[in-house]
Amino acid sequence: MSDIVKQDRGQLRIDEDECKGCGLCVEACPPKAIRLSEHLNHSGYRPAYYAGSGCTGCGICFMTCPEPGAITVLRLARPAAARQIDSKMQGAVACASN
Amino acid sequence: MPSETMCEYEVVHGRPKAFYERFERKEDLQHQTHYCPGCGHGIIHKMLARAIDELGIQDKTILVGPVGCSVFTYYYFDVGNIQAAHGRASAVATAAKRAQPGSVVISYQGDGDLSAIGSAEILHAANRGENITVIFVNNAIYSMTGGQAAPTTLLGQKSTTTPLGRHAVTEGYPLHMSELLATLQGPVYIERVGLGDNKQIVQATRAVKRALENQVRGLGFSLVEVLSPCPTIWKLPPVEAQRWVRDVMEKTYPLGVFCDRTKEAAPRPEPAPAPGLDEIPRILGVDDESLPAGNAHRMVETAANLDLRVRVAGFGGQGVLLLGEVLAEAGLDAGLEVSWLPSYGPEIRSGTSNCHVRLSRQVVDSPLVTQPTVLVAMNEPSLHKFYRSVTPGGWILYNGESYPQECGRKDVRVMTRQFTHIADELGDPRAGNMVALGALLEITGVLPDESIDGALRRLVKNPKWVELDERALARGRALVKESLAEV
Ligand SMILES: Cc1ncc(C[n+]2csc(CCOP(=O)(O)OP(=O)(O)O)c2C)c(N)n1
Ligand code: SF4
Ligand code: SF4
Ligand code: SF4
Repeated sequence: MSDIVKQDRGQLRIDEDECKGCGLCVEACPPKAIRLSEHLNHSGYRPAYYAGSGCTGCGICFMTCPEPGAITVLRLARPAAARQIDSKMQGAVACASN
Repeated sequence: MPSETMCEYEVVHGRPKAFYERFERKEDLQHQTHYCPGCGHGIIHKMLARAIDELGIQDKTILVGPVGCSVFTYYYFDVGNIQAAHGRASAVATAAKRAQPGSVVISYQGDGDLSAIGSAEILHAANRGENITVIFVNNAIYSMTGGQAAPTTLLGQKSTTTPLGRHAVTEGYPLHMSELLATLQGPVYIERVGLGDNKQIVQATRAVKRALENQVRGLGFSLVEVLSPCPTIWKLPPVEAQRWVRDVMEKTYPLGVFCDRTKEAAPRPEPAPAPGLDEIPRILGVDDESLPAGNAHRMVETAANLDLRVRVAGFGGQGVLLLGEVLAEAGLDAGLEVSWLPSYGPEIRSGTSNCHVRLSRQVVDSPLVTQPTVLVAMNEPSLHKFYRSVTPGGWILYNGESYPQECGRKDVRVMTRQFTHIADELGDPRAGNMVALGALLEITGVLPDESIDGALRRLVKNPKWVELDERALARGRALVKESLAEV
């Protein structure tokens, strides 16, 4: 069992061309899993990129990014039953905090 | 075992569907907005688009965009779009919501738009409690035009119009729109949020969705003010601009809920829909059923080139306006094109009063009568004022004992009678206008008696007066016949 690699909960996709290199996502990411490239993109910005590990799938980088689709956050899919419980819990949390 | 634990990833936060797939504003990079890097507008757009997705209201949403950096909302949101004149978004949103009560209407406005030029519109939309959602993007400056001070600019903040920093003595204090609007009874929900850090952004996302939900539930007016970074005009890198919202701007504009009546608010009854065009005659009491009998409603056989231009002038109280109105109303009844334009001073009773009437076969191009074919001068000053203007070959009907020599004209016909005295003999001097009208009708001969009769009953209503006015009209007609017989 110990040889099993533990997958990150989250994954990040960044559209290099849409990104304007503002760096808000870099600042926002709690585990600091996003960085700005050294190279320039099509528009002359240093696009953000996913450092490759550590993403929890929290989604705050997505909400912070001013571009509609520069960031896409993915999360580890789980069996349907588990997902249902999870979404109910999230609902409860959202209500309590309203 | 490894094959079982390696799971697939699925998208949990992706491009909202309420955005167009491609923004056709520019040729290339059609998935990118026009906003500067780190601009708050982009973040707020995303919150809005996501809330629209989550509430499933995309196909019934109408977004009213402002003038300002966010003028192009219609390029981004795949919803119904209207772009309003500067400051007018909440008034336009009101109209959209009234016209389409089943829609979800969003008024998206900047702080220059909402708190300066549009301060009246937002005040009254909020006071009426319109069931709309207002997203108020406060970046404390006019950005699109290059950084002039807004009513929301902070004290001490430099702008192109406050180069030394805003000073309360010369520019007043930062306007707290949310607090101000929360004093009204109309709104159900007003909250100020910020984009200053993660926590604030999460709260702002919730507030935007709530403001939309309130509308979907029919509760009434909701407004979310968002303290929003403008890195470009503030001359700060995006991350520092974000922190400036939290560390500086928030001190002037504390975050929080200023009004929340959503718990006690019952869904607002929808305002009665505006009446259809076909219902308006009945509401105004001018439909066939509400009108007294006697309308000819027929086309008169008048010359195709009929163009009667009448100027009626006298003292206020002589019935000058009514004379013109009866004439125009009768013309309408007879199927002619008409106009009636009253012109009087601020005093209703004394003072001078006159009106312009046109009766024509053709569409009336202008209601102004500067060169009348008939002048009805109900007193001497009016005659002095207007006798020169009469078209050669036209008529002057003068209410007086004798025609003043100094107003003589060889090229027009004149009839001088004491209309007022004649009316007095009939029962009331105030019917002098109808004596004059009778004479005018006899001279011009353009209108059938039934049309005049119908117009009179419609405009005068009181049967006693109708009776007197009819006798006065007949007397006026007789005056002309007598004078022709004399010739
Ligand atoms: C009637 C009218 N007056 C003035 C302008 C010029 N104008 C364009 S945008 C703007 C201010 C916009 O500021 P704000 O509403 O704060 O939006 P921002 O650009 O900051 O997002 C002004 C004054 C205009 N377009 N129309
Ligand atoms: S989803 Fe959360 S953890 Fe993952 S990159 Fe974005 S901010 Fe970082
Ligand atoms: S927030 Fe968006 S635009 Fe800004 S750097 Fe990150 S991905 Fe790029
Ligand atoms: S000038 Fe300011 S408000 Fe306008 S797009 Fe740029 S950052 Fe946004």
